[in-house]
Amino acid sequence: MEHEKRRALLRKLQEVDFVLVELNLYLDTHPSDLDALDQYNHCALEREAIRSEYEERYGPLMHFGHSSNRYPCGWNEGPWPWEI
Amino acid sequence: MWIYEKKLQYPVKVSQCNPHLAKLLIEQYGGADGELAAALRYLNQRYTIPDKVKGLLTDIGTEEFAHLEMIATMVYKLTKDATKEQIKAAGLEEHYVNHDLSLFYQSAAGNPFTATYIQSKGDPIADLYEDIAAEEKARATYQWLIDLSDDPDINDSLKFLREREIVHSQRFREAVELLKEYQGQKKFF
Repeated sequence: MEHEKRRALLRKLQEVDFVLVELNLYLDTHPSDLDALDQYNHCALEREAIRSEYEERYGPLMHFGHSSNRYPCGWNEGPWPWEI
Repeated sequence: MWIYEKKLQYPVKVSQCNPHLAKLLIEQYGGADGELAAALRYLNQRYTIPDKVKGLLTDIGTEEFAHLEMIATMVYKLTKDATKEQIKAAGLEEHYVNHDLSLFYQSAAGNPFTATYIQSKGDPIADLYEDIAAEEKARATYQWLIDLSDDPDINDSLKFLREREIVHSQRFREAVELLKEYQGQKKFF
């Protein structure tokens, strides 16, 4: 059950990240499209909320000081992405 | 600098252990039009490309590493529970005697990865046309893999990757147009 909940929240993060990478590449070739820029900044805020919820429950997504580490359930523990 | 994020770009599920399919998928790991070649190609070209395209090459090159991780995950999951009999039946004995079940950067035919898969000409139009061709070749490879695979879960992830090749190709085509405008403005004496 917990496994399913984790997968669902991860999926939410992957979905908003998909929108962000699409807008990111689009803005690379259309830097003056202000609507796309608005959408990008809006999604970035949405992403931040999901990321923070995910990390609170399942541990840090990033290292090098970009997420808070902890013990237990910290960076060094699995499952790693290829094991989920 | 790059920072790793502990998640896949898109979920990778595997229906059942299938080392033969893994043997085919390794083409997109260490083959000529695979994800490693793509990432290294763009991240190498970006240093000398005109400013307008530096961001695009950086971002697509970075996304390719996320794709490389998806392919690695597929190969890992398809082989991790394989018996010796399954390895032999899949024709993976040659891989096994050298690498056990660890991954290796090679093509489906067993050719090790080589930097000669990558072009770097310093001419922006030559480089971008190379990039468009690379994306189209990768898209075609994903199609041939989907045609041969009967794993619906793997096919779902492969279709995602096939679509990303199309988007990258479109963005590179736009980059060519941006450079044509830029070069049109240049004064030559």
